[in-house]
Amino acid sequence: MTPRILFAVSGRVLTQVRRDHRTLAMLLVVPTLLITLLWWMFKDQGLVFDRLGPALVAMFPFIVMFLVTSVTTLRERSSGTLERLLAMPMGKLDFLLGYALAFGVIAALQSALAVAVSVGLLDLDVAGPIWLLTVVAVVDAVLGAALGLFVSAFAQTEFQAVQFMPVVVIPQLLLCGLLIDRDALPDVLEAISDVLPLSYAVDAMQHLTRSSSTAEVWADLAVVSGFVVAGLALGAATLRRRTP
Amino acid sequence: MVRGGRPVLTDLDLRIDGGVTGLLGPSGCGKSTLLRSLVGVQQVQGGTITVFGEPAGTRPLRDRVGYVTQAASVYDDLTVTENLRFFARVLGADDGEVRRAIEAVDLGTHADAVVGRLSGGQRSRASLAVALLGEPDLLVLDEPTVGLDPVLRRDLWELFHRQAEGGTVVLVSSHVMDEAERCDRLLLMREGAIIADDTPSAIKQRAGTDDVETAFLNLVEAAA
Repeated sequence: MTPRILFAVSGRVLTQVRRDHRTLAMLLVVPTLLITLLWWMFKDQGLVFDRLGPALVAMFPFIVMFLVTSVTTLRERSSGTLERLLAMPMGKLDFLLGYALAFGVIAALQSALAVAVSVGLLDLDVAGPIWLLTVVAVVDAVLGAALGLFVSAFAQTEFQAVQFMPVVVIPQLLLCGLLIDRDALPDVLEAISDVLPLSYAVDAMQHLTRSSSTAEVWADLAVVSGFVVAGLALGAATLRRRTP
Repeated sequence: MVRGGRPVLTDLDLRIDGGVTGLLGPSGCGKSTLLRSLVGVQQVQGGTITVFGEPAGTRPLRDRVGYVTQAASVYDDLTVTENLRFFARVLGADDGEVRRAIEAVDLGTHADAVVGRLSGGQRSRASLAVALLGEPDLLVLDEPTVGLDPVLRRDLWELFHRQAEGGTVVLVSSHVMDEAERCDRLLLMREGAIIADDTPSAIKQRAGTDDVETAFLNLVEAAA
């Protein structure tokens, strides 16, 4: 791993995103707008927003980053730039971590904005430390980026890449404890939800809002980070210097 | 080796030395596969490929080989300068080299233009400029002059010769036979085999003609 190359990759990705004003605006504003919509929907229903809000703060960065990363890396594979980079002194980890770092920075901004609006304007009740809420959101975003990198290896076109979202993301949304508590799920589904990363991300957020003790949050974060490492390792395995 | 599900380049023994070597042959004859093998991005089933004494594509070679793919591999949403700065940082080259590379391909007036808005020829020149970064010892160029203005094509061939005079081994592929005259050494390729390997004048003389296109035809007919 070479820090110079890693930072070159992150810098380049951030320049590309900055140049694309529409994507940048959507990345930063859409999660906050959706959370605001949800608050509005349940405005007269008392505590519902307090229950759903944190889970959404965990979920949006994950979904957005999954989509953005899978499409950008696919573009990199199909345009020939990846082949060129791998013929240069570019380590696979430089490439992957460079992407993860760039999208981590964007995720941090995105989550900071979502958390600030949720807690500041929409009166979301958070018992735990608010900075930790942002940390969880950033780790979730990096998780989305890691899984996006991995699935981009299995798509030949951007059209296919986008369709991995219903395959990889929606089942996790349904089973993560947002719609129904995970221990109320049928046994088989509960077992499945136990091995899905988003379950732990949402669990961390729910702990944070309910109690000020942070031990469970760190445990959940450790699990999510484990998935991030596994996703990046699998992603690295799909980057081939030699192709047929 | 196998590419696109069918075997290509089944029997090839070749050595490339200094100067500008042209690899000429029709589309689909295996030029790109051969070039990709040299760079080390091609899966190879058998045989050995050595570049400067190292197996092709291994770590010590990665900053000594400049490679231009057939399609322009640059980022469409960055400017020419931003593209070159990025690749220069990957290679550990400085900003002076970025400017020199841009001037060498005559993109100075478009240095701050976003690559996606450039013409096809300008994009492929931006891609070529990336390969010039870091003063590579081997330049592998896959059809770098396709679709370019004749004046520009002449300028680029002059650039290739300047690089060769500076000690770089230059290997250029083309499917346009009239580019053959500009090479120091010519490899004619057809259906995965090298059918001629000599200076352009020697090849023409042997085939008893004064243009490479006819020489190619004569060689194919003589082999049949």
